[in-house]
Parts: sequence; C-alpha cells; structure tokens
Amino acid sequence: MSDTTTADVAPLSAAQIASGVRSGTLKAVDVLEQHLGRIAAREGDVHAFNLVMADEARAAATAIDAAVAAGNDPGPLAGVPLALKDNMCTRGIPTTCSSKILEGWKPPYDATVVTKLAAAGAVTVGKTNLDEFAMGSSTENSAFGPTRNPLDLNRVPGGSSGGSAAAVAAGFASVSLGSDTGGSIRQPAALCGVVGVKPTYGYVSRYGLVAFASSLDQIGPFTGNVEDAALLMDIIGGHDAMDSTSIPEPQPSLMEAITHGVEGMRIGRITDLPRGADPDVVERLELAFEALQAAGATIVDVEVPAFGYGLTAYYLIAPSEASSNLARYDGVRYGMRVDAPDTNTMYSTTREAGFGEEVQRRIMLGTYALSAGYYDAYYGKALKVRRLIADDFDRAYTKADVLLTPTSPTVAFEFGSKGDDPLAMYLCDVYTIPTNLAGHPGMSVPYGTGQHGLPIGVQILAGTLGEPAMFRAGAALERSLA
Amino acid sequence: MSSTTAPATATPGAGAGAPSVNNPTPGNVYTAGPKTGNEILIDGYELVVGLEVHVELATKTKLFSGSANRFGDEPNTNIDPVTLGLPGALPVLNRQAVELAMYIGTALNCTIQPCAFHRKNYFYPDMPKAYQISQYDQPLNVNGSLELPGGKIIGVERAHLEEDTGKSTHFGGTGGRIHGSTHSLIDFNRAGVPLVEIVSRPDIRTSEEARQYVTELRAILLAVGASDAKMEEGSMRCDANVSVHKPGEPYGTRCEIKNVNSIRSLGKAIDYEARRQIDLIETGEKVRQETRHWDENDGRTHTLRTKEDADDYRYFLEPDLVPLVPSESWIKDIQDSMPMLPTARRKRLAAATGAPADGEAVMVVVERGQDDYVLSVAEAGGDGARALIYVKEAFAPTGDDTAPADAVLPGDIAALTNLETSGKITATQAKTILAEIVANGGGDAAAIATAKGFEAMDTGALEAMVDQVIADNAAAWAKYIGGEDKAMGALVGAAMKASQGKADGKLVTALLQAKRTT
Repeated sequence: MSDTTTADVAPLSAAQIASGVRSGTLKAVDVLEQHLGRIAAREGDVHAFNLVMADEARAAATAIDAAVAAGNDPGPLAGVPLALKDNMCTRGIPTTCSSKILEGWKPPYDATVVTKLAAAGAVTVGKTNLDEFAMGSSTENSAFGPTRNPLDLNRVPGGSSGGSAAAVAAGFASVSLGSDTGGSIRQPAALCGVVGVKPTYGYVSRYGLVAFASSLDQIGPFTGNVEDAALLMDIIGGHDAMDSTSIPEPQPSLMEAITHGVEGMRIGRITDLPRGADPDVVERLELAFEALQAAGATIVDVEVPAFGYGLTAYYLIAPSEASSNLARYDGVRYGMRVDAPDTNTMYSTTREAGFGEEVQRRIMLGTYALSAGYYDAYYGKALKVRRLIADDFDRAYTKADVLLTPTSPTVAFEFGSKGDDPLAMYLCDVYTIPTNLAGHPGMSVPYGTGQHGLPIGVQILAGTLGEPAMFRAGAALERSLA
Repeated sequence: MSSTTAPATATPGAGAGAPSVNNPTPGNVYTAGPKTGNEILIDGYELVVGLEVHVELATKTKLFSGSANRFGDEPNTNIDPVTLGLPGALPVLNRQAVELAMYIGTALNCTIQPCAFHRKNYFYPDMPKAYQISQYDQPLNVNGSLELPGGKIIGVERAHLEEDTGKSTHFGGTGGRIHGSTHSLIDFNRAGVPLVEIVSRPDIRTSEEARQYVTELRAILLAVGASDAKMEEGSMRCDANVSVHKPGEPYGTRCEIKNVNSIRSLGKAIDYEARRQIDLIETGEKVRQETRHWDENDGRTHTLRTKEDADDYRYFLEPDLVPLVPSESWIKDIQDSMPMLPTARRKRLAAATGAPADGEAVMVVVERGQDDYVLSVAEAGGDGARALIYVKEAFAPTGDDTAPADAVLPGDIAALTNLETSGKITATQAKTILAEIVANGGGDAAAIATAKGFEAMDTGALEAMVDQVIADNAAAWAKYIGGEDKAMGALVGAAMKASQGKADGKLVTALLQAKRTT
C-alpha cells in the first residue's frame, strides 16, 4: 500500500467536509454518496459494519443540505459521515455489541455522544463491528464474523474497535467512534493507519456506551488526521449529568491547542518500558522522538516501574467488572432467551448460547477474582497495582509533559495467528493498558510503515486532562511526516 | 462471616473477601454483655435479637433515575433505561434520597461519614442489572442508637442507602413462591426506589422490645418525614436475626427471619423462633445458621435457604458512581432543621403533665401529634395532667381536619381542667362538659356547668349520702367490710347514681375506705 492510498479514498478531511457543507460549496448528500459508494465496493471484503444505515444517512444528509439552503448552520460536523462502534446505543436501531445475546434489541434511547454528534451535523452511516462486548484485540471475536484490515485483507484490523478503525481507513466514513478499555481504540488505529484517541477517563460521557469494564471504558474518535480528532474531541467532550464519573471541569479547546507547536515541551522516554516490540516498531518510535526534538521539544528519561504489571492487573480488574456488567444479559427482559424448565437453567442456557468463548472466559475469570476467599489475592491486589501504576505515571509527568511509546508491539497480524492463544492476544495491549488503569489519556498517531508496508502507530501518553499537550505532540508528529 | 457463634446482628451479606463490615466487637466469638438485671429468660435461655429494617424513602424520584417513586401505579409505568438496567444506562445519585437518609442517621444519633456504593451481585428476575447498588463497608450512617420508650438504648450499627428491587408475582406454584411456578410477572415500578436499611445491634432481649423498637423507629421516620413507613404496603420491612443462649455463654447460632409483614407478626415470629431454637437445643440438636420464612398462616418459620447455599455476593466498589462525601455544612443544616423526635416529645409532655413518659396517655398523645396542644393548655393556665387525659380520651386523632377538636381553644380546656381540679365539678361532669366542648369546637366550661346544673356536693352532704348508700346496700357493705374489695365498685356505683353524677368518685371511695377502717 502506498502512502497516497488513504488520500485517494478519503480526499477531504472531516474539517474540510464540514467547512464545505456549511458554506454550501459541498453537498452533504454528495459526500455521503461517495462514502456509500466505497462501502458498496469494498464492505463485502472488509466487513467493517454490523449495520449500514444508508436510508437514515440519506435522510440526515438531505436535511443538512436543506438547513444550509435555508440559511441555518447545521453545526461543526455538518455532513461529516460518521460510523459508530456497535456498542453505543442508538434509539430504535439495533445495538448488538457483536453478540448474539443482544439479538433483536433496539435501545429506546441515544447515547450522549450520539446525541451530541447528531446535533453537530454528523451523518451516521452505520454501526461498526467489534470484538464481542469489546473483548479482544483483533475483531475476530465478533459473533457476526471478523472485520478485515482494509490495507491487507489477510490481516486483522486490531480490536476491539476494529470495525470503526477499518471504516475510516477504507473511507467508508470520514470519522468514527470507538471505545477503549485497554487499548481498543489506539491499537486498531495503529494497525489501520489512522489516528485514534483514548481521552482522560471522564472526558467523554459513557452514558449509552454498553459497559465492558466501567472504570476503564472511555469513548474516543478515529480520524484520518490529528485536526479531525481535535474537532471531534471538542464536540463529544464535556460534563454530562447522566454520567456521574464525567469530569465537571471545563475542557480547553483542542482545536486551539494544535495551533501551538512543541517548542519547549518535555517528551518523556520510558527507560524501563517492557521490551518485546518488533524492530520496525522500535525504529519508527525512535524517528518520532527525533522528529519532536527537531521541532523544538526536549527528550527526557523517565521511569514508570509498574508499567509492566499493567497487563496482569488489567486482566483481573476488567473481567471482574465485566462479570458484573454482563450479568444483566439473563434472557429476562431483552435480547436472546433460551427457554428452560426453571429460571436458573434459563439463565445458564441463555448465557451459554448467547455469549462467545472469549466473553465466557472473562466472565469466569472475573467471577472467580471477586469470589469470597479470592478477592484479596486477585481483585484486591490488582487494585493496589492499579494505584501503583497511577502513582508512577504521576511522578513521570512531573518530569515530562507527554510520554512516547509504541502503540502496538507489532504491525497488523494475520488472521488466526493469535486466535488460539489468549495470552498472545492479550500481549497486543501491553503498551496501551497501563494508561487505562491510570485513567489518563493516550492517542495513537500513524508514523510511517514497517514490515509488509503496514502502518505503525506511535502512542502519545499524558497525565489527567493532558489532552492539549498530547494533541500538540500528535500534530507535530503528523507535520513531521508531511 | 464464618463463625457459627456470630451475634444476631445483621450483616450486609457474606464477606466477599472485601473488607469486613464494622462489628461491635472484634473477633468472632461474642459473649453476652453485662447483666442489667431485667433480662427475661425463657426456660433459662436468653433471647438475642437484632433487627434489619428496610424503609422506602419518600422521595419524588428513584435513587438513581428520574422515574417517579410512587406506590400503586399501573405496573411498569415508572420505568426508564436506568431502572430497567438497559445496556449503557448509568446511575445518578438522588440528592433528596441522601438528605432523607441523613435525617434518619441524625435522628438515630449516628455519625454521618464519607461513604461509597458497592455492587451486590446476584441473579434474580426482578433485579434488572443482576446486581443491587448498596453500601457495604463504607455506609453513610454508623454507630447510632434508638431509645425505647422505657429508656432502654438499642444500638444502631448502621443505616445505609440502597436501591429496591422490582416485584415478582409467581403463578402456578404453591404459596406464591418462584419454585414450582409456571410463569412470573414482574413490575419494575419498585425497582430503584431508594431504601435505607437500618441495622440494629443485637441488643434486643424480648419480642416486646422488638415490637417497641420497630414502633419507635416508625415514629421517628414519620417525624423526620423520611418515609411513610407502612408495613402493609411494604414501605417498611423488617427481618429479625434471632438466637438463644444461656446467660454467660457465647451467643447461639442465629437464624434470619424474613417475610414479617406487621409489628404484631414480628413478635409472634420471634417468639416462635425462640421456642423452636430452645426445643432443638434441649433435645440435643443444633441450630443451623439459615434464613427462615415466617408463614403468617401456620404461625411458623420455615427454612428458606441454609448458609451453605447462601449467595456469594462478590461485593465490589460501584465504578459508575463516585464516593459520597456529605459536607460539614450539609450535615449541620440537617441537624439544625431536625424536628423534635418522639422520645424528646414524650419526655417534654411527661414533665409538663407528671405522667410517665412510657405511659399509655403520653405515648398515644405524642403519636397523634397532640402533645403541643396539651402543652398549650398548660400554658393557658390549665392542669397538665387533666389536659393530657382529656386530649387522649376526647380528641379525635389529627389528620381528620373535620374534627372540631382542632378548633377548640386551649383556654377552654384549661378552664375545664381548673373547674375539675378545684373540686367544683366531678370528673364525670367534666367528661360530659368536655364532650360538649369538643362537639361544638369550643365553649365556656363554667357556663356549660351552670346550664347543666353541675356542682360538686359539699363534704357534709356527700357523707350523708354515702351513709344512706351503705344502709341501702347492706349486703355489699358486709362483703366490703369482710375484705372483698370488689364490692367497693357496687357501692361507688350506687353513690354516683344517688347523686346523679354530682358526687366525686374519688371522694366517695375515700369515704368508704375511711368508714371501713373505723
């Protein structure tokens, strides 16, 4: 794949589309038809979507053009084709989490992000595929079949938000939303060569996001460039009274932040970062450090000793919360039900038939970790490690404004290469997970290619509400490639 | 909680490995506290009871959503994504619920502390999320107490916030139980209604104390406006932890009794359970730690589940909520706006009337909320003791705004008490006048007495009349002299009749007694 492929399929950025539609030089319906055309041509191969909403999208685009014609401003995302990960509630439209257990369920309400994006003029083209309940790193765990990486159909797009990453990479949508619990936005962004942002925990409302691990889940954007990511973040961010964990503090504009360079900024290199990234990934990371230094930043060494314990702590905390969050899928009120002679049997037959293997594995893990007699040794200990990681990061951020790491240890891998080995799959998220545990923001910015010409992402990490610095660094990296 | 000799205090569930709940004493083996000398033993066994009372708070909306908190509506009308536990829905804490819970804590002399919510995980069809949001090791209110009318203090371990479940109705089985039923219907109107669970320490020693505790608690809840506390509608529910032991020995194994639907049933269930446990021990068997179901129809408790099949609730901190830290100023605002509580009101009324604080008259008048009226009669120069009795006997309970009693000026009653205490009219005459004043919504007692020709007999006339009564009722007099005190009744009755109610019954009695001893 040449570097110009993405530019060919998605010639305009979201900011350019919105600007054109608002000024009347572009028609939202034309923009939409270009994207629907690409979907028609390649979706059969890629399978980014669980549902393409062509009719609804055409109606929305028509309404936006009508609003512009009537002299009204449809908003800062006017006519921007948007894809939503299929774990975000959309009123009256199936929301499946790529699980059989939610078969037939249509939410009676919209997630807060969905409401905000619609109000900003975005046009939702569909609901994207994911690892079932966002559990996985390859989108192979979908009950509806895997999504393929549009850059190489033999390879995974990453996960769990693989459909959302693939949709942007393939030009099916200008932008998309994913959710990131342990890397589920950043890792597929890296593997598909797009920008992916995991905001500070509480930056974006989780209301209407189907929970996987509530203390870690966070919604964020996939975009073709850093500016579009800033544009989306400025729209989806902000306090929401419907989410008690949403941050009440005002959030500075990231569109404004990226107008600043990185002169004087301190870029941290984690000297005790877990090894294991492929050489091509390490090489691109080194080039990123050099680029930021060349742009006026200072490189500083920091230590985050507990970083390496993130993976194990995560695989106790996330499944524990998931075991509770997913207990509601019992066949009583909505979704799939397998009838049985008594209630308890109905629960177990429904849940056995409705949940895939990985989801069942994590429910079992989490149930065990929270059980009487095991809590202290597993869940309780993991919480302590979580605290250590956050403390280590906080210390590092007294020395550095942002940290740079690989996003994924490898480029996109081939289907089935890790499917039989959960531990190998879990290692995909070794660099992304600690950020979630600390509640900090992180983003993946494409930074060239590695083996097989596949994209490599560099991860930029920052402390709580450190998005402005993170975005400045991201924008500088992007400029250094131009 | 692994010990079989744990106290009868309630715990919020099996310790899921999370930090253990505040216990009154460290360790697992408990011995009875110091003797107070008034324990009532049953066949040599001491009863130990702790109560867990759930009350639904009288909030406008639910604990974590904006749906109405209203009893008796059409099923499944007060629901929303949060109530139904729909995917993606998130709880938002109701400030009014916290405030009412803080009123309860303050009324129960609790410490109000920074607290948090946990998830209590278990499957049940009317539990929409398959977990209940409750408070575990960091409850809002801790270390309080409740004073029974007689003065005994019952410790309150905690009073915490949690959400109610939906309501299941099972069809086709026996006794409305899910087991064996063919289908069930669920009403989620109640799901998410705010509850406060008030957990007593195992300080209760008799079924009567248990009844008093719940009655008093109910009065407190009504006084602070936290709940309508109707056991028959389920807005107040009571579980009893019951054990028996020989004084001086460790506490016995406890059983938790559920499905007690009235204060009367509570006493019966505790008495039954105590008897059952004593009989087991006396026949050499062991009491098993279990949850038992009170059956109102047969008057017995039945095994619901044993400790072995108790749920492991896997408590963990609710990640969808943030810690609740009531500010000092909020706590102070609540303390400053506390209404006077029943205990204080009874003590105040007792002091003003000379009646015992736990006597029937004081209890009834305070419960009806008429104590302020009695006090205003005393303030108007009336006799408090008589006013208390008048109000108790003749005033309709408040809440009936058609009752003319509400309109009676305290001064009218004060005048009446003074007529009686000065001996100008008899108690019987006073009662007649009182009835007329109440019926008319007021009146001049002296004028009514004159109109009715009421005047107390002077002592000489009275003595002559008593002599006449003795002469006319020789047989009764003989019995009375012979030591039969009940014969007195007939003599007093005859005297009252002869005087057409003008005689003072107390004076007649005194005269009769004096004449017997001379």
